[in-house]
Amino acid sequence: MTTTTNRPIPTPDERSAEFFRAAKEGRLLIKRCSNCGRNLAPQREACDACTSEALEWAEASGRGVVYSFVVMHQVLHPSFKDEVPYNVALVELDEGPRIISNLVGVANSDIRVGARVEAVFEDLSEEVAVPKFRTVAAD
Amino acid sequence: MAQAKAAIVGLGITEMGKVFGRSGTSLAIEAINLALEDAGLKKDDLDGLLINAGISNSIGLGLQNAGGFKGLRLLNHMNAAGSTACQMVQYASMAVQNGMANYVACVFADTPLAAPGASSGAAYGGAARAAAASGNGRPAGPPGWAGLNAHYGYFGVNIGYAMAARRHMAEFGTTSEQFGAIAVAERDWAVMNDRAQMRTPITIEDHQASRFIVEPLHLLDCCLVSNGAVAVIVTSVERAADAKASPAYVLAMAQGHPGDSRSAGDPHEVSTGAVIARETLYGQLGITAKDIDICELYDCYTYTVLVTLEDYGFCAKGEGGAFVEDGKLGPGGSLPTNTGGGELSAFYMWGMTPMSEGVIQARGGGGQRQVAKNDLVLVTGNGGILDYHASIILSPRPA
Ligand SMILES: [Zn+2]
Repeated sequence: MTTTTNRPIPTPDERSAEFFRAAKEGRLLIKRCSNCGRNLAPQREACDACTSEALEWAEASGRGVVYSFVVMHQVLHPSFKDEVPYNVALVELDEGPRIISNLVGVANSDIRVGARVEAVFEDLSEEVAVPKFRTVAAD
Repeated sequence: MAQAKAAIVGLGITEMGKVFGRSGTSLAIEAINLALEDAGLKKDDLDGLLINAGISNSIGLGLQNAGGFKGLRLLNHMNAAGSTACQMVQYASMAVQNGMANYVACVFADTPLAAPGASSGAAYGGAARAAAASGNGRPAGPPGWAGLNAHYGYFGVNIGYAMAARRHMAEFGTTSEQFGAIAVAERDWAVMNDRAQMRTPITIEDHQASRFIVEPLHLLDCCLVSNGAVAVIVTSVERAADAKASPAYVLAMAQGHPGDSRSAGDPHEVSTGAVIARETLYGQLGITAKDIDICELYDCYTYTVLVTLEDYGFCAKGEGGAFVEDGKLGPGGSLPTNTGGGELSAFYMWGMTPMSEGVIQARGGGGQRQVAKNDLVLVTGNGGILDYHASIILSPRPA
């Protein structure tokens, strides 16, 4: 899935480079606690179960459900002036973590909390791809 | 019932809303002076100052020298977002209880409305920051995770609360009309508050017809954006006995900061820090929700009122929608809530909005909107996206 987006393109940094590298390869990474095994959102720096900072990257299935979503009508950034109303979703991955993303290929009016989704990866540049989600049939 | 911990003996509220050409510092000084006058105190009596800046960050420790507050025994610049007002009163109460200070001014000031015609959405949306970080809108985002959120279009605080409201609706069947009932009740109170910015009565239909900000939140689900300042003076129970005006006694105080694991099973979106705070708060007095006479709840959005009512046990979790829809929060209702019009209809001074109205009601100074039974007034503050929470109970009596 390739797009010429008007949206801001993230710049990978030290903490996120691995995540973006994997996304470029079509893989969704989360963090996993090396100490207790808890799955964590990719942004986490420590385990909220055991406080360990020994986290490793782990590959998520990319499948989950829409935990919640909104439809944004405000233009708070110039890149989005032609995109409103657009959706922002909180996806609960089957592995546990909830992550912010967008749902693609679905009309905003058809989005439902609880819908099954799977990750798709949108190429934004030579270096950067980002995970988004499309709805799939319930398994 | 426990003895009061402290008392609020002065309240100062500046002009509110589209107040232009004045600095936050100037507004803060005026609010403190008004509060001192209300309390019958002179500037030299003041020996404590706690400061809370809003989104515009227009006041800080420099307020001490700008306002000529000399020889203080207590000074801090605090920020726990919307829970700060209750927290300032809590720390001031502990200070006066422990002899660290006699009279502590707690002040909030904010000037997010920069000039006539400026977008208030932009002031609270972080648009300027986001645009700057992305190179004036060109598609080169901020680094790392912030850039990911920017790409997804996740800006400002409205989205987080809308996400939470939607989750509550999906999980419990809560409706937008039920949120609307909160907006209507608060507007009915605002009609009787000459400080309120919005005083034209509204209906559920008006609420439903108001434009979407972030679905499921309509314009009338969202708080105002206001310039202004509010200050209260906290003193000991002993000193309050000599106060010029009737005190509002601080009977109980608590905080609750739940954290968000952003993971399956975490109720963060449908729950507040009140779940933690309520045991402490009610426990200090041996009461339950049934004993509360008036609620002054942090209402940056209609949804926060609903979820806070649930978490303080006024109804069961998930039943907030049905609980509020019968009009019991409004004038003449069985649970008067946000009796000045709140942040939705009166003015948005973070936690100082519910705080100021709680003080007014506990002192019996509400005029036309004064609630007859005001023995226990619950005041709450909320910050982050339901991340931080603090509360106090005010009363006309010290025990
Ligand atoms: Zn762990």
